[in-house]
Amino acid sequence: MTEKYTPTEEAALQLEIAELMVQALNLDVSAAEIQPDEPLYGNGLGLDSIDILEVALVVSKRYGLQLKADSEDNHRIFGSLRSLTEYVAAHKTR
Amino acid sequence: MATSPLLSHTSLSDTVAWRGNAPVSVAQFLRDATYLAERLPAGRHVLNVCRDRYRFAVGLAAAMMTDKVSLLPPTHTPETVQQLQLFAADVFCLHDSEQCDIALPQLPYPAIPDAFPLEARIPHIDIEQVVSIVFTSGSTGMPMPHPKTWGGLVRNVRAQAEQLGLKSGVSHAIVGTVPPQHMYGFESTVLLPLQSANALCSAQPFYPADICETLDAITMPRLLVSTPLHLRTLLEAGLPLPRVEMVLSATAMLSPQLAQAVESGFNAPLLEIYGCTETGQIATRRTTRTLEWSLFPNVRLVSREGGVWAEGGHVEHPVALNDKIELTGAGRFLLHGRLQDLINIAGKRSSLAHLNVQLTAIPGVVDGAFYMPDEVSHDHVTRLAACVVAPGLDAKTLLKALRERIDPVFLPRPLLFVDALPRNSTGKLPREALKNLIENRFNRDAA
Repeated sequence: MTEKYTPTEEAALQLEIAELMVQALNLDVSAAEIQPDEPLYGNGLGLDSIDILEVALVVSKRYGLQLKADSEDNHRIFGSLRSLTEYVAAHKTR
Repeated sequence: MATSPLLSHTSLSDTVAWRGNAPVSVAQFLRDATYLAERLPAGRHVLNVCRDRYRFAVGLAAAMMTDKVSLLPPTHTPETVQQLQLFAADVFCLHDSEQCDIALPQLPYPAIPDAFPLEARIPHIDIEQVVSIVFTSGSTGMPMPHPKTWGGLVRNVRAQAEQLGLKSGVSHAIVGTVPPQHMYGFESTVLLPLQSANALCSAQPFYPADICETLDAITMPRLLVSTPLHLRTLLEAGLPLPRVEMVLSATAMLSPQLAQAVESGFNAPLLEIYGCTETGQIATRRTTRTLEWSLFPNVRLVSREGGVWAEGGHVEHPVALNDKIELTGAGRFLLHGRLQDLINIAGKRSSLAHLNVQLTAIPGVVDGAFYMPDEVSHDHVTRLAACVVAPGLDAKTLLKALRERIDPVFLPRPLLFVDALPRNSTGKLPREALKNLIENRFNRDAA
């Protein structure tokens, strides 16, 4: 089971995920520059489905979870850094 | 009038599709197509963007039954949609999303009542009928149309079924991680099952866990149609892999290492497919055994006018291929990459010329050029870079404008702003000069 996260823990997790993302994709921005509510996909950070698969892989290994598209929208989890962090917080096993 | 059946299944009770874990019979599929056909608007051209592969197939069938043409452009950017409308003013968009932002008259995929009567007859389609027009991006800024007749498509995928050994009488379900709207997915995940008495699958699973779940839901021998990108991430995820009879891969070449890992992981043969929009699929290879490709029966490659042409079989008119090809024997060849200027990123094709036209057409861009770095690894996707002279623009504005015009996979990373491009005295931009400029800037920033 996953426990609840305090705001501080969630912020730390958010930054950690942003760093994984910057590293995996060789992004031109620093982790702290990624706005939590800015879209990751399309306009915004500009990721596409190729990036999303790469990030999903890194995140699944780091946190011991498998991402799943719960709807026909594959990219809902990647709506923003915040939504990705929430997904990871809810599903992580390590 | 010579005709060919819409599907090659012999019984109305045969399974033609899977929606999740539910099989769909031929009679049900034809019922849905008939229902939709009766509700299609008058326009003769359909942009079918249904994400659900079953709905896409129903839309395709409904269009064929009413002599309409399905348009398959390389991308759905606003710019491309506008160009499609110039190509066919009556085009409408069939979609299945809650909110579709394609600027065309829209037809949402309808809810089809169960009470609508089952169809009792398999329709036959004129083999001369143009059922789809597939577009490539072209080099001038306008998409290039490639009309496909029903007869040509049927011959193509039947040759594929034969090449893959799918005519064994055992019915298979074909699961694809690629969309039905591009040539590879159109042929291998829609037309192939329809024309080899197999079953298509509605899902387009994306994450590794989704792929496993989709396969596991189907109680029938299974085929997986995928790409190097999806296969690599699937294997790296380390999940227990469901049983499949065969794996197909296309869009980019697999490394022999990944091919071996796929075969060991699934304990099934992996076949790579070679083809292009103009010719359709024309060759396969079992990468763990040989790097040589084997042509489909009756298709030939000939060297002519300094290039290699495909002809014969389902290839209706000879097509000059865009790859460096070495003919090695009867019906066999080796591939040595793309010809200069052509780009293939994760199966999406374009040319530097086309991308440069789009970049320099943006107001505020004085000069600009895309650059394709040398490929680092077979199984990883290499991205484009671009240099641009645009004193009044920032990166965000420029990328937003570019996104309206080109497919996102081609967006440059990095995008460098420079004072001038290193053009020579004749105005040409040597690749080496661009390479130096980009690599120097990159190293300086990294230092």
